[in-house]
Amino acid sequence: MFSLAENIGKLTLSLLREMGRMMTFLLYSIYVIFSSPGKLFAIFKQIHFIGAKSFFVIFLTASFTGMVLGLQGYYTLRKFGSEGLLGSVVALSLIRELGPVLSALMVTGRAGSAITAEIGIMRITEQIDALEAMALEPFKYLISPKILAAIITLPLLCSIFDVVGIYGGYVVGVKLLGVNPGAYFNEMEKGVEWKDIYSGLVKSLSFGLIISWICCYKGFYAGHGAEGVSRATTSAVVMSSVTVLVWDYFLTSVLM
Amino acid sequence: MGKGINLIKLVDVSKAFGPQVVLDHLDMEVPERAITAIIGPSGEGKSVLLKHMIGLLTPDSGRVLVDGENITVMGRGELNRVREKFGMLFQNAALFDSMTVFENVAFPLQEKTNLSRGEIRDRVHDALENVGLRGIDEKYPDELSGGMKKRVALARALLLDPKIILFDEPTTGLDPIISRAINRLIRDVHDRFDFTGVIVTHEVPEIFDLCDNVAMLYKGKILMAGPPEDFRSTDDPLVKQFILGELEGPLRLI
Repeated sequence: MFSLAENIGKLTLSLLREMGRMMTFLLYSIYVIFSSPGKLFAIFKQIHFIGAKSFFVIFLTASFTGMVLGLQGYYTLRKFGSEGLLGSVVALSLIRELGPVLSALMVTGRAGSAITAEIGIMRITEQIDALEAMALEPFKYLISPKILAAIITLPLLCSIFDVVGIYGGYVVGVKLLGVNPGAYFNEMEKGVEWKDIYSGLVKSLSFGLIISWICCYKGFYAGHGAEGVSRATTSAVVMSSVTVLVWDYFLTSVLM
Repeated sequence: MGKGINLIKLVDVSKAFGPQVVLDHLDMEVPERAITAIIGPSGEGKSVLLKHMIGLLTPDSGRVLVDGENITVMGRGELNRVREKFGMLFQNAALFDSMTVFENVAFPLQEKTNLSRGEIRDRVHDALENVGLRGIDEKYPDELSGGMKKRVALARALLLDPKIILFDEPTTGLDPIISRAINRLIRDVHDRFDFTGVIVTHEVPEIFDLCDNVAMLYKGKILMAGPPEDFRSTDDPLVKQFILGELEGPLRLI
């Protein structure tokens, strides 16, 4: 009984310590972003890596998400005889929810894992120590360009996701199932408000911060050897995805 | 030469990783402009000791003084100012593996100085030539042999004229000829640039020809420190056994 309590205590303490370390990591990253943001070229390189190179996977996910929304939405709405609302259903689900969340999850899988692996390998091969030994701030070269790039690119990727998804829904709803094309876009225009778009962009911006923060952190404190990096990468992807979904709930309830 | 001053001083330093005590109330001094070798059995924490000198690790207790300043209480900014005095050669060379050899050596210059491209190119080539390397500018670290990597890392460490250079096992894992070449290189470079050197190694007695002072780390403390001659003529059974590499004796490693 006593040892159970002891274990719970130990676990809680290590959890608290980890959370503290993560918070310090984030605050220090933000401090470095403002005090010495690094070279513009490094940021562009990260934008290219996180953003441009994710385009294809975002395009693919978005079109099929839009298409399936068109399909599901059509059959549901038809029960109430209001297929005309399809446009606004598809657009609202994408803009408010699926666009930001799915694009964040795709970026986590594609770029987040790569970020953790890259930084983790630099950690275990002493390259981060080498930077520190040369009195060069590792956060400036490794962390802050990635965080900045993620914050910039995720809203853009999310917007692309929304547009592509809306057209995916259009193809299925209008071209295949015969919804009136005028109604599709007309209802969309009436249904979507500025607040919806705004909340979607705020979401994806914060997801960008969450993903890059967690993935950089996990890589920076990767354990020993190849196994340490693989464990860090796995836990970075899992933790980022879960945090994105949890944060999404809370943010939605606030932005409602 | 003013070898009397101690540039680095560790006072009552302790460090543990979990239950394993690595440094146990250790005291050590590194005299200026001399080469000090830290010897001792593998896994005794020699690299840990070295990393304390440059603030890559912070002690659980005790002080580390560099040029009279206690670096254990410094923030990152202040610590970076002290680190400007250092160059460090890591055990695995720690070259940036996504950069070419040229970019690796040029990196600290690009980041810290306002030199033009041409000047940087000249200085990088000088530095590489100093360590006997030519024509490998465009190669990536994984295309180099272990000895070449260490020489590139040495060139990178030397480039900013550091006052202190820390060598973490500069010759481990290299063949005897390359090892000797690197040792001689360190000596030559030292004679030319007059830095304070600290070398972690377990290559005894070869290292005695290279260094001015030796300190032996054992069970978290400095067991013995002094010039190489003292080590050669010592009566301490532990030290003697380690230097001669004998299996029988008070030192039990397996």
